Amino acid sequence: MTSNGLLQITVFFLLVLALTKPMGAFMTHIFEGKRTWLHPALRPLERLIYKLCGIQEDQEHRWTGYAASLLMFSLASLVLTYLIQRMQGFLPFNPQGFGTAHAAQGATAMTPDLAFNTAVSFTTNTNWQAYTPETTMSYLTQMVGLATHNFFSAAAGIAIAIALIRGFARHTTETIGNFWVDVVRATVYVLLPLSVVIALFFVSQGVIQNFASYTKATTLEGAVQTIAQGPVASQEAIKILGTNGGGFFNGNSAHPFENPTPISNFIQLLSIFIIPAGLTYTFGKMVKDTRQGWALFAAMSVLFVAGVLVAYPGEQSGNPILASLGIENHPTATQPGGNMEGKEVRSGIANSALFATVTTDASCGAVNSMHDSFTPLGGLVPLVNIELGEVVFGGVGAGLYGMLMFAILAVFIAGLMVGRTPEYLGKKIEQKEVKMVMLAVLVLAASILLFSGAGAVIQFAKNSWINPTGPATANLNNNGPHGLSEILYAYSSGTGNNGSALAGLSANTPWYNLTIGLAMLIGRFLMIIPLLAVAGSLAQKRIVPASAGTLPTHGALFVGLLVGVVVIVSALTFFPALTLGPVVEHFLMMRHQLFALLLIPVWS
Amino acid sequence: MWNQLLPSVRMTLVLSVLTGLLYPALVTGIAKAIFPSQANGSLIQVNGKVIGSELIGQKFSKPEYFQGRPSSAGDGYDAASSGGSNLGPTNQKLIDRIKADADKFHIENPDFTGPIPADLLTTSASGLDPDLSPASADAQIARVARTRRVSPDEIRRLVETHIETRQLGFLGEPRVNVLKLNMALDDKYRLDPDSGW
Repeated sequence: MTSNGLLQITVFFLLVLALTKPMGAFMTHIFEGKRTWLHPALRPLERLIYKLCGIQEDQEHRWTGYAASLLMFSLASLVLTYLIQRMQGFLPFNPQGFGTAHAAQGATAMTPDLAFNTAVSFTTNTNWQAYTPETTMSYLTQMVGLATHNFFSAAAGIAIAIALIRGFARHTTETIGNFWVDVVRATVYVLLPLSVVIALFFVSQGVIQNFASYTKATTLEGAVQTIAQGPVASQEAIKILGTNGGGFFNGNSAHPFENPTPISNFIQLLSIFIIPAGLTYTFGKMVKDTRQGWALFAAMSVLFVAGVLVAYPGEQSGNPILASLGIENHPTATQPGGNMEGKEVRSGIANSALFATVTTDASCGAVNSMHDSFTPLGGLVPLVNIELGEVVFGGVGAGLYGMLMFAILAVFIAGLMVGRTPEYLGKKIEQKEVKMVMLAVLVLAASILLFSGAGAVIQFAKNSWINPTGPATANLNNNGPHGLSEILYAYSSGTGNNGSALAGLSANTPWYNLTIGLAMLIGRFLMIIPLLAVAGSLAQKRIVPASAGTLPTHGALFVGLLVGVVVIVSALTFFPALTLGPVVEHFLMMRHQLFALLLIPVWS
Repeated sequence: MWNQLLPSVRMTLVLSVLTGLLYPALVTGIAKAIFPSQANGSLIQVNGKVIGSELIGQKFSKPEYFQGRPSSAGDGYDAASSGGSNLGPTNQKLIDRIKADADKFHIENPDFTGPIPADLLTTSASGLDPDLSPASADAQIARVARTRRVSPDEIRRLVETHIETRQLGFLGEPRVNVLKLNMALDDKYRLDPDSGW
């Protein structure tokens, strides 16, 4: 590790810390319906949307109505995205002619399974991409089919977090808010204005924003280079801010047109964390005890620092096999050293490791380096972060409600230890809440492990419709333990709604498109619905005044307990799988063991 | 639940127009007005012909040019098909590739001794990395100087003027834009087309 690398990480974290309170206070105002400095300009737009959609602004819903609105909104927008993809050949803003006879050779066909996978992926805030965007998607598909979901799914995530906070903040009431109003306010006052500012800043750094067809350049050596174009900056801003992560290009945030400079990279990192971090303050503010929010912030910070302090040295110490070939592994003033395969020079090791940690702490999934080429220990961090449930700041909204889920579990476990009915923020945590939380925890773990297990062994005939390459392991780009990591990462990323990948896996076959699609739906909705049930149940309860026996949930003891619960739940669930993947790969790499791409023999 | 269908459809359509059409149109309009060059891809034109983008690396294989990193985008620096190698650290293919490239590098740069800089023989994440580390440029100075029949010190001075330091003094890593460096080379030490090498 270099001192400059550590400095960049430190400055980043201090800025997140500094922005948490202003961001959180602003969002509190928005979701409590107070006027802000943006209201004179944007309130008419908000009202116009209610009018056009027939929404009664002052009507509130029970948790069931709130969940129903979310499900129907997700369904309607999913169907629209599916249709736009399938019909993109007939729609405008398609200079490359994708989906038509004029498409260049090598363009990816928009099959029903790919369109399904992508529609689910963007609806669930995952942004898993089984396709190469610049050879598959028209500009219209990217803007109206995909980038819109970057707003919707982020706004829905924030809405659900706010609804769960209301469950704690309110008492003896049936209602937890109006889903439509929360979504519209999140979009109009938070996501849109920030996106416009960030998008324009990105353009100033070199991110492109146009509707031109791809440019044909004649290089210095006289070759023809086709340079992809498109409305990138507008999508880039919300991709990052909404912790979506779906790149306009296959290179994602490593592509120089998505993330051209170290400054743009720094702003991307900040944009990923700013809303999730702010929401911890919003939480504290809305439950009228900001210490509660800072306790969550502290627990998240501990896990963030732990992650980055494994990933960074992991990548900086590099690959000993390359060192034995005469490649420099140590950083010097004029070159980065370490594991530079799959990393950009302008980012170097520190910014790549930091980005990988941040994007998987949050459910973002944008990448500025290729996780598939990470060292085993460096690559372990993103995988573990996803499997922790992406609660380290986490996705917009999703991180907070995920962490609150663990907080409920933590007070429950503490309650078991001392033999008292657990309480959190004055609400008794009873059978129903714990059951719902455990349902979410177990479903997510089951989805990751069962699908990964199936992917590791399932056999298909070569040239079968479901997986033309043959067995599901034939789609891997790496053999040995790294191959298992590719499968495990795919289903972890899908279920966790992250969207980053060990991208060597050729995932655009019906088998992977359908199973990962299913994993994404499970990960999104079988977490949200139980948590909305918790919100509804909590809102009905009375607030019990704290007594001498109440576990304080704002101190270091609780922070430690919470971190412990997050780590232990995930460790117990995933340790065996992680051992067979990255952990064993690490020891084999230290022994210079290599794996050729031989197909795993077919069972007979 | 189905009574939420109509508001869902209306909300989907209204918000799609707002965030999918009006928002990108607004950003495009402002971007084209105040940052027209960046919005169009920071393209470099010489005599009215586009020769590339200053942000996008291109393939260099001739000895008189500084060569960028190997690329996994298409068949190398394909800016319509970005991506990395996605080879893991224990993949035989990765080791074979780097071993072959290292041998080739030593043949083409016989003056070079010591470990090869970490970025020079590894592929970037996008396959379009426009930069080299200063050490990787330095490693090629002797070859470029000999091919262009210029003193290495002169080339070194040119490389040094092209080093971009960390932004704000601490962000990112020092780097050299390969295309801009090579254009400056052509500009300053124009090759004699009849020299026959």
